[in-house]
Amino acid sequence: MVIAAESDSVLRQRAWDAAAAVVDPEIPVLTIADLGVLREVDVKDGRVEIAITPTYSGCPAMNMIAVEIALALENAGFAEAKVRTVLSPAWTTDWMSQEGRRKLAAYGIAPPRAASSRRALFGVQQVGCPRCRSEETELLSEFGSTACKALWRCKSCREPFDYFKCH
Amino acid sequence: MATPSILVSETPLVLYTLRRADDALILAHRLSEWCGHAPAMEEDMALSNIALDLIGQARELYAYAAAVEGRGNDEDKFAYLRDVRQYQNLLLAEQPNGDFAHTIVRQLFYSAFGDPYWRAMMASNDATLAAIAAKSEKESAYHLRHASEWVIRLGDGTEESHARAQAAIDDLWSFTGEMFAVDDGERSLIDGGTVIDPVTLKDVWLATVSRVIDEATLRLPQSDWMQQGGRSGRHSEHLGHLLSELQYMQRTFPGVSW
Repeated sequence: MVIAAESDSVLRQRAWDAAAAVVDPEIPVLTIADLGVLREVDVKDGRVEIAITPTYSGCPAMNMIAVEIALALENAGFAEAKVRTVLSPAWTTDWMSQEGRRKLAAYGIAPPRAASSRRALFGVQQVGCPRCRSEETELLSEFGSTACKALWRCKSCREPFDYFKCH
Repeated sequence: MATPSILVSETPLVLYTLRRADDALILAHRLSEWCGHAPAMEEDMALSNIALDLIGQARELYAYAAAVEGRGNDEDKFAYLRDVRQYQNLLLAEQPNGDFAHTIVRQLFYSAFGDPYWRAMMASNDATLAAIAAKSEKESAYHLRHASEWVIRLGDGTEESHARAQAAIDDLWSFTGEMFAVDDGERSLIDGGTVIDPVTLKDVWLATVSRVIDEATLRLPQSDWMQQGGRSGRHSEHLGHLLSELQYMQRTFPGVSW
């Protein structure tokens, strides 16, 4: 079998590439590698084990992502890949790549910004409009269309937009 | 015939984990009852989002309880196949939604506890509980801010909203003492460094709640008589009705899946 002849490191890279290309079903411009959801890829005796970490505890996309990873690996020639979930260290928006942030903004979702006041009861936050780049924006709701997003509005161009919450 | 309830071997760690999971699941179920009924679209999404976070926390805790117990139970069995008396959530979590003020005040009381609680639990010497705490802590900060802003808006709003918010505080106050209660089993986990003592958070909780209630021009009740019973499975009548809805499918069609 071809696969058995390849070294584990070559296989691991091939498995990583296949898994890394899986996209978030709710934000399809981001891959799970961009998001920082893909943690580890292990290959032992030709068998692949993938570790992913959830963004938010209740994120319903995680089940879907696990299924998509298994499918992507099967298409890449890895049968019976195992996907497990790791909780520690907890995911934060710092795990998101620069490339991921750029793609998010281009897609119309303001990327997460460091918020020193996350724990403040009435924190002040500033988020730039992903369309017109104005900093004149206002929060409409801290809870948006998915668990990871808040709803904002630009006071300059008047467009509402999603903000990927800093976490 | 309906599916019978499961048996759970209640060691201190299994019991502790189930209790916290029950708090999250039951409160999440209450919040999800608002889906499609909240006073505004943004609020509908907010309450559903918070419910989703709590269900996520409950799932992680149930999964851990199942692993610790090692008897073949899983998160679904814990949620769907335990009876009222086997649930050991806080009585606060199961209180009916009432009007919007009751829902929000219940959420303030719980979040003002949950937020510092999970932050402190990140220091647990149990790696899984510490990891679950690290995730929950980030989410509960949002939940607390959401509830705080609403309590202020309602209290410092119209005469009607003020009166309703005050009524909600007065009605729910006696359910807050249970959050700080500890039994012998949990005490042994505290002594071993597995969990933190909730009593140490009482001042922080009271300071947060007082600050919000003051700003909302509302007042804290003076009574210090507190309800208890949830942690030993003695519930208000509301939980049975809630579970009959939550568990209906699994009880009626054993093992049914999507």
